[in-house]
Order: sequence, then structure tokens, then C-alpha cells
Amino acid sequence: MATIGSFALYLALALSFYSFGAGLLSLFRRDAASARLGETARRAGIATFIAVLLAAFILVSSAFNDDFSNAYIYHHSNRDLPAAYKFAVLWSGQEGSLLFWSLLLAGYGFVLRLRYKTDQRLFAYASVIIAAVQVFFLLILTFAAHPFAIERGGIPPDGAGLNPLLQYPEMVIHPPMLYLGYVGFTIPFAFALGALIMKYPGEKWIHITRRWTMVTWCFLTVGVFLGAHWAYAVLGWGGYWGWDPVENASLMPWLTGTAFLHSVMMQEKRGMLKVWNMALVFATFLLSMLGTFLTRSGVISSVHAFAQSSIGTWFIVFIGITAAVCIYFLVVNLPHLKSEHKLESLVSRESSFLFNNLLLLVVCFTILWGTFFPIISEWVQGHKVTVGPPFFNRVAVPVALLLMLLTAVGPLLAWRKTSIESLKRNFLFPAIGAVAVGLMMILFGVKPWEDPSYFYATMAAILSALVIFTVISEFVRGGRVIAGKSHQNIFAAMLQLSRRNTRRYGGYIVHFGVALVVIGILGTPFNKEVEKEMAFGDKINIGPYTLVCQSYTQDDNPNYANEWAIINVYRGGKLITTMYPERRFYKASNQPQTLPRIYPSFRQDLFLVNDVYLVYEGKNETTGRPIIKAHLNPLVPWIWIGLIIMVFGTVVALVPNSVPVPVTASIPVRTEAHAGAGD
Amino acid sequence: MRRIVNKGPEDLKGRGFSRAEIAPQIAAALAAEGARSTLKRALQALILTAAAFLLLAAAPSPDARFHDLGHRMMCTCGCGQILLECNHVGCQPSEKMINQLRAALDKGDNDDLILQGFVQEYGPVVIAAPTTTGFNRVAWIMPFAVLALGIAFAVHTVRTWKNRPEPALADGIVIPEHSPELDTLRARARKETDT
Repeated sequence: MATIGSFALYLALALSFYSFGAGLLSLFRRDAASARLGETARRAGIATFIAVLLAAFILVSSAFNDDFSNAYIYHHSNRDLPAAYKFAVLWSGQEGSLLFWSLLLAGYGFVLRLRYKTDQRLFAYASVIIAAVQVFFLLILTFAAHPFAIERGGIPPDGAGLNPLLQYPEMVIHPPMLYLGYVGFTIPFAFALGALIMKYPGEKWIHITRRWTMVTWCFLTVGVFLGAHWAYAVLGWGGYWGWDPVENASLMPWLTGTAFLHSVMMQEKRGMLKVWNMALVFATFLLSMLGTFLTRSGVISSVHAFAQSSIGTWFIVFIGITAAVCIYFLVVNLPHLKSEHKLESLVSRESSFLFNNLLLLVVCFTILWGTFFPIISEWVQGHKVTVGPPFFNRVAVPVALLLMLLTAVGPLLAWRKTSIESLKRNFLFPAIGAVAVGLMMILFGVKPWEDPSYFYATMAAILSALVIFTVISEFVRGGRVIAGKSHQNIFAAMLQLSRRNTRRYGGYIVHFGVALVVIGILGTPFNKEVEKEMAFGDKINIGPYTLVCQSYTQDDNPNYANEWAIINVYRGGKLITTMYPERRFYKASNQPQTLPRIYPSFRQDLFLVNDVYLVYEGKNETTGRPIIKAHLNPLVPWIWIGLIIMVFGTVVALVPNSVPVPVTASIPVRTEAHAGAGD
Repeated sequence: MRRIVNKGPEDLKGRGFSRAEIAPQIAAALAAEGARSTLKRALQALILTAAAFLLLAAAPSPDARFHDLGHRMMCTCGCGQILLECNHVGCQPSEKMINQLRAALDKGDNDDLILQGFVQEYGPVVIAAPTTTGFNRVAWIMPFAVLALGIAFAVHTVRTWKNRPEPALADGIVIPEHSPELDTLRARARKETDT
């Protein structure tokens, strides 16, 4: 099996080399044979996918067959590992995850090469660029991180087992989502670089890549949030975001990708920010590569130390070459990227997009700077310093709040020019609502003047409310216009409104989801925690809850042995639920693992929901009594609800607009009107 | 009627005004002075309250200090987490550090002294964020410097865009500034987009 797998990888490498070389040659030759050569390159690209798929299939089947002669399978699986995690073995270690990267890239390339008739020349350029990236990954797989290496010293009877942290259902979903996001940004990158090299006329490449970018962004969003949820539900520290370098690495391309999704509208509608958009696409791809480099190289210490090795040099060289190529073509083609229009007013959608991009990039820079500062410090001072959550919270949070303000105000600004009267009219209701929310927080006992974190929480609540009320007012205002014309009820009118301009209203829904995420985050300063040794009948009081230890129990299965605490949760003297925080001991890897239990109090608190979060930390070695740590985390469930709404919004934005309502008024058209005279 | 410029009752008396004339002025002046003095007292009370509030805020409880300092340091077990958030089962380094922190607080050491003690024992990596001294200051300054530069660049870009000449039309095409046809279209576009 391993031999076939290795052969498939070598074949894939040869095919992708051919796809790159022949494709490149066909683009620069202008004779009759170049079209045929290009076609063979395209087909070689398609065949690459089949070869990589075969390699991945063989690796997964080796995991299912417990083939411990394969070193990778031996180190990341064991006989009693459940089937879902055996499938996840593919991305659980270095070599497998690089193969998975390569597979996803080949898959994206496969779809792209099948759809080549949309624009044959642009797709040919994109195909060559994808083939080049593919060659890089296959070179690493073949020469530096081979997934079919043989385990030395005979075939072991059982595997070393999968890292216990990875044995959680979300780990079957989180890495593929994140990788679909990371890898997916190769497609807009390939189109952008291709369009730049060939001096593509017009903005068609933007239209072609828009959907790719949105789908990719959606995957990355889901990947980032699932990672946060995994950290929350598995790591047992009661938080979901620790500003770990690898977490940061996933956030950086998300930020630049988000900036691109906004600024690309400027190019589509107004022919502006062309250089900027190119730079954003390039930066997003390079940051995706940087993320993979950070996860895989171990250059910066991280909690994600699942797969570290010396392949960092490969990535540094690749990132360096790619950056040089991008900068070269960007500089050479600057005249081609000249803006077509002028800005008519400072109070316009254009300005808001510019400042939105600026703030997104400043947050991205802050994260990049904070992530790499330990290395910079070591170079300059001779010793590392830690750049942890206090730094990021103090620097990135104020900028993120400004960003929320723009998220609220931006949709109220029209393209070209917005009158102050119109802004006042549209802003009044959301502003009153937001101030009311701020006052309510103070009435409920939050004192923003007492602590900076309370101040930020209050500001975040006000700005989130502003975003939510802005979105609602936009839907209601548009809905009313349609309801007035078509005599439908307001909800049917709002639905019709969204279907007429899915991108705009889908975007508003995404903003709504972002506001909910921020509401979920702003509860952090109000978190509470209590740790106590709990014997039968012992109590912990936390917030309005009383936790009573009912009992302890244990179980055993081939994969792990475990202990549970059985904790009854009371509120106002009434039993509301029973929770079972768990501690496992995985046999193959000889590692313990806690599994917290979480109860969101929607039934009791509705909007002001709390997570009751219990961790069974183990037993006190001296007294032999179990230790329970209880957290009360306000508002956290809104983060996950916000994610669902963001995904829903993206899906809405991806749906094509419904046929516009026919206009009955006749409009005379100037037949001699020159292209470019208007927008 | 004589116009009375009020500089206080004594001034009025000295300038030859009758008792009847100056009586209401004196009453008004006294009332004004009373109001000023009340205002002054209120202001003093407010300042004192604020000062007391600040002083109280400046002296946090030992629990709050423990929580604050515990979140300004990292656990040294290799988990890469904040000291009070290390989730390793039976983590000995964090237990030792937490005990050291409690002991230092009980001894009455100030925050800087406590942090210095930890740096001496565990190295600079134990502090969760760069200090504001020496080269570490750059870590804090750089993001805000980039923000300031970015804003300057954005403002410059916006100005350049605003001052950019209108794109030229091909010869012979003239678009009138106002025509009923264009005005109708503009009004309609505004109605449909500027919602």
C-alpha cells in the first residue's frame, strides 16, 4: 500500500511539474501548437488531482487497516481509535496535513480547470499559478515530509495513538474547514496574479473570483470559530481565544480577506483601489502560507504543537519567492492599475471602505507584530519576551471597536456622496437605540469608569447595538418601500428586498452576526470562577447558581478509561440540570485529558445567557478528593449563534439576485454614449 | 432711572445710592454670593468624592491584586497560557508560582517588586506582555504608529482622489449638468440607493 501511495505522490509531482511547465510555455508561445500544449497542461492539472486523491485514500485506508508499518500511521493512530478519528488521522500530523493541503489545492484546481471555458486565457494563467503552488507542496511531501515512510525496527503491535486533544468531534471538522479557507485563497491569488501578468482588461477577473473568495472566506470563518469552540470545549481553561501564535495565524488572512471583500466593491463599482486590491489578495495568500508555516515549523512556541519539524525553511523560501514575484509584477504593471474615477465626497461609501480597510489592516499588523515580536526581541536584545493576551487586548481591542463603529456607519453612506440630512435621518434610530443599551448597562450595575475592561465592554455593547439597529433599520426602510409599492406585508417585502440584492443584504446579515459575536465576547470581564475540592454533597456557589456534588463514577473502554463527576445545578433552589464533567486517560498515548461540560442558560436568562462551565480537574494527591473548577461565562453562546448567522449571511450573499422588477417608465438612451462615461 | 452697575453693596453705598435703592441690590448680591458659594461647595464635594473614589480605586483588595498579577504572568510549564488559566492537570510549575505570588502579596510587596522577583527567577518570558522600558517599548508604539501613518496615508489618498480631474470624455460628447432627463434619473438613483 505504502509503495502505491509513494508512487501516486511521485506521479502527482511529475504531473503538476508538467502542468506548470507546459502551461507556462503555452502562454508565452504564440504558435498554433501552443493551444494544444496548454490543453495538455490543463489535463495534467486534472490528473494531478486524481493522483493526490489516490495518495490520500491510501493513507486513510492504511489508518483503517491499522497498518503500523507506515510510520505516520503508527505515530497518529491505534487499533482502538474510533473510526471518525481514524479518518481524521489524515490531518492529525505533519505529513498527513500537508497531503491534505495538497489534496484540497488539487481539488480546487480540478474545479477551476473544468470551468476553464469562462475565460480560457485567464484560467490558463490561474491554472499555471496553481500548478506552481502544487509543485511546492508535492516537493515537500516527496522529499521532506513523506507520509508513506516505513516505521523502522519492525512492525509495532499497536500504534502510539492520536493526541487526546484531537479526539473530539470538532477536530474532525475544524481542520478541514480551516484548510479549505487557507488553501482556497490560492484561487483568488492565482486569478489576481494571472490578471496582473496578462494586464487583464476590465474587472471581469474580480467577478469571476468573487464567489471563490466568499466561499473561501466562509470556510476560513467557520474554521477559525470552530477552533475557538474547540479550545473552549476541550482545553478546559474556560476561554476560547488565547492569542496563541497559531490562532493568530488563522486570524490574519481572515482579516485581510475581509478587507478584500469590502474593497473589491470599490473596484467593481467605481474602478478604484486596483493596486490595493491586488496587494490585499497577495497578502491574504502569503498570510495563509505564513499560517501553515507557523503551525508546521515550530518557530514560535504554541499550544498547537501537534506537528513541528524543520520544514520551515521550505516555507520561508517559498514565501520569499512568491512575495518577490508579486511585488515585481505589481510594480511593473502599476500604470495598468490606475483608478478610473475621482472621489466626490468625504462622506461616502468609498471613504468608509478605505477606513474600514485601514483598520482591518492595522489589527492584522498588530497581530503579526505581536506574534513575531518575541523573535525580533531575541535578535535585538538577546532574549525572548512574551507577547500574550494583555498586549493584544490592550492594543487590538480599541482598533476593533473603531472598526465596529465603521461597520455601523458604513452601510448608511451612499456611493459617491451622502447628504448630512440623509445621514442624520438614517442614523437617528440606531443611535438612540445604542445609547439606550449603554444606559441600560450602567443601570444594571456595569461601571465603565471603574476598569478599562468594563469601559471596553460598555463601548462594545453600544457599538454592537448600533450595528444591529443599523441593519434592522436598513431592512425595514427598504422593506417599507417595496411593501408600499407591492402591497405585501413588511416581512415578505424584506425577503423580496434581500432576493433583489443578495450581496448587499447578505452582507448586512453577516454584519448582524459579527455584532452578536462581539456581544458574546464583551461578557469576558464579567467571568467568574471558583475552584474547590468537592466530596459528596459539597456545594459551590457561583453567581445565581449552586452546584451540588451528587456523586462520582467511572468507566472503561478500549481507547480510554474515564471518571465523571455528577453535579446538580440549582438556581433559586430549583434543580435546572445535571452536569457530568469528565476526565479521561487515553491508554495508547498514556495521556490524561479533561473534558469540561457546558450548560448555556437560555431557558433561564434568554438574551443575557450564561455558560455554566465545569471542569473535573482530577484528584488532590494529598487528600485524594476530586477538584472541580466552575466558571460562569456570561454571553458566550452568542459567539456561536453569531457564527451561524455569519455563515447564513454569506450563503445569502452567494445566491444570485432574483430577476429585477421590470421598469415601466421608458428611458431614452444616448446611442453615442462612450464607454467609461458613466459608472 | 439710574443704571446701577453692581460691584457689591459697599460700592453702591459709597456711590450715593439711597438705602431703598440699594436694598434689593444687596439682597440680590447676597443671593448671588450664596449661590456661588453653594456651587463652590458642591464643586469641592465633587472633587473630594472623585479623589476618594480614585484613592479607593488605587487601593485594590488583595484578591483583586492576586487576580491582576496572576493574569500579568505566564505559566512556565510550557502550556503557553496565563498563569491563572493553565489547564494542565496537576500542573506543578503553576502551583508553585501561585503559592509564590500569594506569599509575596502576604509579605506586602508592591506589584513591581513582585513582578521583578518572578523575572529574576523565571526570566523575562514570565511576564505576559512586553514591559514599557527599553526596546520593549517598540512593541507598544509600533501598532499605534502604523495606525497614525495609515490614517495620514488614507487622508492623503482621499484628498488626492477628491482633487483628481474628471475622466475625459471622447471628443464631441457633452454631458449637460442639468437636463430634465438626467435630473429624473439622478433623483431615481438617489431614491433607490441612498436608503
